[in-house]
Amino acid sequence: MIEVKNLKKSFGANQILKGITTTFEKGQTNLIIGQSGSGKTVFLKCLLGLFEYEEGSISYEGKNFSQLTRDEKTNLRAEMGMVFQGSALFDSMTIAENVMFPLRMFTKQSKSEMEDRVDIVLKRVNLDDAHKKMPSEASGGMQKRVAIARAIVNRPKYLFCDEPNSGLDPKTAIVIDNLIQEITEEFDITTVINTHDMNSVMEIGKKIVFLKDGLKEWEGSRDTIFKTDNEAVTNFVYSSELFRRVRKMYLEDDAL
Amino acid sequence: MTYLHNIGTYFIMIKDIFRRPTKWSVMKPLILKDIDDLIIGSLGIVAFISFFVGGVVAIQTSLNMTSPIMPKYLVGFATRQSIILEFAPTFISIIMAGKVGSFITSSIGTMRVTEQIDALEVMGINAINYLVFPKFIALTLYPFVISIAMFLGILGGLIACVYGGYGTMEDYLEGVRLDFIPFHFIYAFLKTLVFAFLLATIPSYYGYFMKGGALEVGKASTTSFVWTSVMIILVNFLLTSLLLG
Repeated sequence: MIEVKNLKKSFGANQILKGITTTFEKGQTNLIIGQSGSGKTVFLKCLLGLFEYEEGSISYEGKNFSQLTRDEKTNLRAEMGMVFQGSALFDSMTIAENVMFPLRMFTKQSKSEMEDRVDIVLKRVNLDDAHKKMPSEASGGMQKRVAIARAIVNRPKYLFCDEPNSGLDPKTAIVIDNLIQEITEEFDITTVINTHDMNSVMEIGKKIVFLKDGLKEWEGSRDTIFKTDNEAVTNFVYSSELFRRVRKMYLEDDAL
Repeated sequence: MTYLHNIGTYFIMIKDIFRRPTKWSVMKPLILKDIDDLIIGSLGIVAFISFFVGGVVAIQTSLNMTSPIMPKYLVGFATRQSIILEFAPTFISIIMAGKVGSFITSSIGTMRVTEQIDALEVMGINAINYLVFPKFIALTLYPFVISIAMFLGILGGLIACVYGGYGTMEDYLEGVRLDFIPFHFIYAFLKTLVFAFLLATIPSYYGYFMKGGALEVGKASTTSFVWTSVMIILVNFLLTSLLLG
């Protein structure tokens, strides 16, 4: 579980996060949504320890990140997996080498043990025959699956995903969403996903945190988001005619 | 103020190169790859330029020796001195700032743009050590490149001199051996090692700390070349004043 309390972060005079308090539970997909400029990416980078914050705290299983020693932070980071928006695969390595990278860095496993683990993980993301391909030879969807495989290969406790569906066609996006949800439940990981994609919200939003102007405007789940009358949330989530209709149908069904 | 900030950041980066080292089993292939990219991959262009510039130095020296009282062996002497003292260590380093420096800046810069460096940092890896240390170690072999440049420069001068009809082989070789001062080699290789350090660190700095997209990678490569060249020229002046002045 990740607990965030009164998190504040500024860049110069520009305050991006103005005091966010929330928790992200284990074994479920936690989504951060909000308009561009609402502070989602900064929030995620604070969670990852890439940005230092001025006030507040982030605790991982009760351990306050800012109070950890450098070695403890390094150990904690080894328990984190991250899927970047652009996949961020190392383009000088093959797909198998990319996935093996965290194992080579953080474990003392033999080569055959690492290869076995890579085989298992690549099979899990349905890429059993892509070991020797270079990232440049893989499609966007394949690259995302490799990034997920790399993120989970070292059995992380925390999985962070920044816009995992960006640039993907709707069918592949759903495949990626479902894969993240299955992996989260299967390995009991605390997963935090930063997304703009309303399909993801409806499909896998076990917990949803809506940010607006650096503040937590609303939080709930994919079920409660249909019923909320928070204007900022409804304006954002139901900005398209399709989602307005879906909501209307849901509310009508619910009323019956 | 920006310059001071950049200088401070550069020295912090240098400290970070040696902090929290990456596992040797991971570092070893990176060092070997960088030796291949930065050292072996540069031998061709260095050999080509050294040979022909050595030839040009010999021809120019010969053509400018119009007085009959000047001995013919001076062509070999002047070529040796130019090649060993300045051409090989300094001129080749400027060329390497373009070739190797741009390669380092663009490869690290591209990793920054495509979030590969963020991926390393999220994993808790000291990205500066992971990326810059192998280049630093690879470039400790840079004096090997410069010794090849010295040899081929003097050889190029010999061939141009003899086959161009500017002098005899005996005269040229006598000049090459004349008043040889071993300290000149020490001076040249000391300079080379300092230049190697600049070649590894300045382009890495511009790549690592760049912001923006693909266009900025190109701009960072150009800026890195300019500043590496400027620093090579300044340090060359400083070291020459200290060691030979």
